[in-house]
Formats: sequence, C-alpha cells, structure tokens
Amino acid sequence: MHNYLSAGFIAYLTRDLLLGVRNKTDLVKPLIFFLLVSALVPLSIAPEAERLAQLAPGMIWIFAVLATLLSVERLFSDDLQDGSLEQMLMSPNLLIMPILGKITAHWVMIGLPLTLLSPVLGVWFSLPTVAVTPMMLSLAIGTAVLCLIGAVGAALTLPRQGGVLLALLVMPLYMPVLIFGSATIQSAVDGLDWTAPLVILVALLAIAIALCPLAINAGLRLAKNG
Amino acid sequence: MNLNMQWTWFHRLGSPRWFYQKTQRWLPWLSLLTLSLLITGIVWGLAFAPEDAKQGNSFRIIYVHVPASVVALAGYYIMAIAGAVGLIWRIKLSYMLMRSAAPIGAALTFIALVTGAIWGKPTWGAYWVWDARITSMLILLFLYLGVMALRHAYSSHEAADKASAILGLVGMVNVPIIYKSVDWWQTLHQPATIKFTGAPSMHPDMFLPLVVMIVGFYAFYAVTLMLFTRAEILRREYRASWVKQLVSEKLVEK
Repeated sequence: MHNYLSAGFIAYLTRDLLLGVRNKTDLVKPLIFFLLVSALVPLSIAPEAERLAQLAPGMIWIFAVLATLLSVERLFSDDLQDGSLEQMLMSPNLLIMPILGKITAHWVMIGLPLTLLSPVLGVWFSLPTVAVTPMMLSLAIGTAVLCLIGAVGAALTLPRQGGVLLALLVMPLYMPVLIFGSATIQSAVDGLDWTAPLVILVALLAIAIALCPLAINAGLRLAKNG
Repeated sequence: MNLNMQWTWFHRLGSPRWFYQKTQRWLPWLSLLTLSLLITGIVWGLAFAPEDAKQGNSFRIIYVHVPASVVALAGYYIMAIAGAVGLIWRIKLSYMLMRSAAPIGAALTFIALVTGAIWGKPTWGAYWVWDARITSMLILLFLYLGVMALRHAYSSHEAADKASAILGLVGMVNVPIIYKSVDWWQTLHQPATIKFTGAPSMHPDMFLPLVVMIVGFYAFYAVTLMLFTRAEILRREYRASWVKQLVSEKLVEK
C-alpha cells in the first residue's frame, strides 16, 4: 500500500519525529510543565488526599489542555522560519496527508508522553486505581483531538506566532473535549459506565480528523501569502 | 449570454457601492419599523403582560434577555455564512458584512449574559450559576472575541478576512457540538435547577410580546449591521471614485 497519499503521510511523520528526537529539550518542556502545574495544586489548595481525589479528574484534564496548548504553537512556526513550510505549500493539492502526518508526529511527541505520565498524577492526586485506565484512554484520544484543533489555531495565527491569541481562538473549541475527557475519569471514579463519554471522544476525534486538515490547509496557505 | 444575464444580479449584490446606495434608501424605513417593534414589545411586555406566578415581575427581563440571546446565536451563523460566501465567491461585500457582524454579535452576547446574571439573582439567589445556557453563551462570547482578535494578526485586509472566515466556519461546526456537550455536562452535574418554561408552554399574553421583541431585535440587528457595514465600506473603499465624490458632496453641503 505504498501509494502517493500514504507516502506523504509517512514522510512528514518520520521527518517530524526525527526533528523531535534531535531536539529533545523541546519535547520535555511540556511534560515538565504538566508535572510542575500539578505540583502547585496541593500547595495552593490542600494536601489532603480526599479533596485532591475529588479535584483530580478535572485538574488532570485542565493541565493536559494547557500543556498541549503550549506546545502546539511550535507545530508550524519552525517550518515557516526555515522555509520548509513553503516547500510543502508548493504542492497544488490539498495537503491533508502531510498535515495529518505532522499532527500525528506531534501527538506521538506530546499527547502520548502526557498519557504515559498521567499515572504519576493519579498517584499524586490519590486517584482510585480503577480510574487509571479510563484516564489514560481518555487522555490518549482526547489529546489527539486537542492537537488537531490546536493545529487549526496554530495555522491561523502563524503570522503572529500564536501566543495569547492562539489560546483565545482554540480554548472555546476545546470545551467539548474537556467535558467528555474529565467525565470519563469522573464516571470511573463514581463506579459508572465510563465507556459512553469515551466513545463520544472517539466521535469527536473522527470529526476532527475529517474536518481540521481542511481548515489547516486553508490557514497555512493564507499565512504564506499574508 | 443567458448565463451572464442570470449572474449579473448576483455580482451587483456583491458591489459595495450598490449596497451603500440601496441601504441609504432602506435604512429610514427599517429603522422606523425597528423602533415601533421595540417600543410596542417593551411597553406590552413590561406594562401589560401578566405577572409570572412564581417569579413575579422579575421575569419581565425575559423580554430583553431571550431576544438578545436568540439574535446573538443567529448572528454567529450570519457571520460565518457571510464569511463562507466571501471565501467561495470572493465577494468583498460579504467579508465586510462578516467583519461588521462580529462586534454586534459580541455585544448582544454580552447583553444576554448581563441580563441573565441580573435575572439569576432573584430566581436562583446568585448572579452567576453554571447553567448550561449561560455557560454556552459565555463560550459563544469567547468565540466572537476570537474572530475579532484574529483580524489584528494579519497585516493585509484580504488575508485577515479569509482567516476570520475560516475561523468562523470552524466555529460554526463547533457551536452545536459545544451546545450539546454543555447540555450533557449540565444534566450530569445539576439535575435539579429550575427549568425555564419553554416558549410553547408560555401563556399567549406573555409569549406574544416576546415574539414582537424577538422580531424587533432581528430588525435592530439588520439596522446595526447595515450601519456598521456602510462605515466599513467607506473605510475600505476610500480610494474609489464614488466615495471621493460622496465626500466632496458632503463637504460642499457644509
């Protein structure tokens, strides 16, 4: 199945992963941020296990949102600076596969490590062990949606390099993911069926995969000209 | 030839000059209609509609709150559709409409939020409750602010217009998802809040002035959209000969 479409996907996926591996500090920063903000919670609220456990589902998701928001800014700006974005935009076609490749690489470098790191937060916040698997699943799927939506904002704010404007654009669009993500963990904590909100997250992911690349493609072409 | 004939009206519709001249004639009538609708609705709603059995007179803020929310929400779609029309057919005028729609919609959303808070105090005992509709309106306000803020990221009008249009479309897909998810979240957390009587179950004496107010707010929206767009046309087309002529005529009058 080495057709032209999947080749574009794989080429950009491996390229971005390689770049990420060679520039490890950029990869670690959002993770340290994720842990650091989490450490602020017991300090600013209370170190009691009971209260922390109550806040945990929401807190973990808010921090995941902030960590992805911080990192998604870089998704296209480096490529814009070194000229490789212009190379990519030389193609007259819709750049859906290259864009998906880049976002997948971004998720592997940000979303996946966050997911793998989240059990640490679960321990810190005394999250019940039954909720750990739902938490990791919801983070794995949810951060993928966040990367896709965030990439739309990153493409549109490319001339200004993201910043606060990026946050203003994408935060409202993050709300459904936040709601269903924390609901997945909360349902598991309450002993309810947690697959229902998780399945909605999967549905959001399907919509985002289908529609976000179109908006990103249009946004990148604008940024090149504007 | 025939095809050309069919499309001329469409292109004329997209001409800023045509819009400016037509609205000049429409505005007085539309303003008069708006004013009479709003005055009728307000007087009817505030003075003549019966008191609510549970909420007393405080429910009367509904005659501002509900029309503002309805038009604010519709305004987002009007803005997004205007942006889409601009993207597809490359019509300058529809970008100008989109740009003008954003601040009006944001202002209406803000009015809806403030009146909702004022209404919340006597009904729920608090100015702010994380009710599904209030939360959705708050998110809508941020969506509007995002569209307004994105303009300043671009140096050229053209790129800024297209970027805002794309963001508007992304928002349009998201608004129903956000509404549904906030609704779902609400049922999860607060099953026992007061549910407002839906429109059809309201008594006609209460409901009719509300309808008048909603129509009045739509008319008001149309008037302000026209005024904003006219100002935007003058701002962007100041190099066009017809605008220069218009300005020199105004100067002679003075």
